[in-house]
Amino acid sequence: MKEKIVTILNGLRPEFDFSQPVNFIEEGMLDSFDVINLVTELESTFGISIDGLDVLPENFCTVDSIMNLLKKNGVKE
Amino acid sequence: MNLEFKNKRISGILTILPSREVKFEDEMDNYNFSRAKSLKLKLAMGYNKHRIVEEGTCASDLLVFGMNHLINNNLLNKDDIDALILVTQSPDYFMPPTSNIIQGKLGLKQDVICMDINQGCAGYILGLIQSFMLLDQPEIHKVVLLNADVLSRKVSKRDRNSNPLIGDGASITVVERSSEECTIYGSIKMDGSHADALMIPAGAFKMPSSVETAEMKEDANGNFRSLDNLVMQGDDVFNFVQREVPPMIESLLERADVKKDDVDGFMFHQPNKFMLDKLADRIGVPREKMPSNIVANFGNSSGVTVPINIVFNVGEKLTHESKMLCLAGFGVGLTWGTLLINFSNLHFCESIDY
Repeated sequence: MKEKIVTILNGLRPEFDFSQPVNFIEEGMLDSFDVINLVTELESTFGISIDGLDVLPENFCTVDSIMNLLKKNGVKE
Repeated sequence: MNLEFKNKRISGILTILPSREVKFEDEMDNYNFSRAKSLKLKLAMGYNKHRIVEEGTCASDLLVFGMNHLINNNLLNKDDIDALILVTQSPDYFMPPTSNIIQGKLGLKQDVICMDINQGCAGYILGLIQSFMLLDQPEIHKVVLLNADVLSRKVSKRDRNSNPLIGDGASITVVERSSEECTIYGSIKMDGSHADALMIPAGAFKMPSSVETAEMKEDANGNFRSLDNLVMQGDDVFNFVQREVPPMIESLLERADVKKDDVDGFMFHQPNKFMLDKLADRIGVPREKMPSNIVANFGNSSGVTVPINIVFNVGEKLTHESKMLCLAGFGVGLTWGTLLINFSNLHFCESIDY
């Protein structure tokens, strides 16, 4: 799961290193449009539908937070 | 606030769209997006093409053109108009009211109420609420609700947050008393503590336009805009809509004792496709019952998107069929509101180009 997430993030913003332990939103590595593209890519890759209430910056600020969101949607690690 | 209106009906809707159509691909180079990212966003957000007025075209130009179309085609008798309600955020002037200007240009009778209302994305809902209330007056038999915005003139062409989705347009809705017993259920709420989520900071009395307010500045995401331009906190608006609108719709349907399956269409304001798809999922209605194709075809024209949505998606049917439609608008203010209306045999429900 983690590898797939990093691949998607690198595809969205190849100029950044998403293996760093930083807050992607606060560091400006992902903006609100990146989050929208990230949601659609996660949904198609993992076959899930992310609740609109979960489209919040805190759910996309680190790889771990994205993994937690996927787990909440039934994706197995 | 819950509302009920007895024995009122919409008898006709006309939308007026600028004939100038601008394609998303033709503007992509204005933004700090890679081409690949732009094309992904095109799919997710529904960016495609939008209708934009020519420089200098005002809300009143679109509306006078539309009113003359109705009058000249015998779809509306101007002597029958007892009230002219205009909802816009782009008036011709601060003073006088644009509705008075339109009344004068059309030569309407003096025995009429003209009223401008400043509202945005929920402007169709608020305008209908005002129209229904006026019809409780014994001498008011016919209200003409005008909605118009030409906000492209206030959006920076280099602002990727706003420019790809903004559209211009106008609508004319005729509202009358119904001879049949019926109830229109509605609800509206406001939260002015987040008024800065969608705003044009400069140009009015608080911050008059100046050389300083016209200066273009780059934001953290690479958008260029000035204080004279529209600015939108898109993620805050998205979260507010996902949080507040679904319970309002649930409550409305429960009060009206109507099941979701019995509603023929959820004709909502059109901010972007992504937001509407998520909203349909949260409310628990099929996405095909909540059209999200207006931004792609015409752009988001604020309070005019709901009538454009109705005319474009079900307009032809409404002239000879009955349909129960749930309308909703949400955004500027912040304001969010909804109405459940049975549309039946409208005299006209069509669109013309200006």
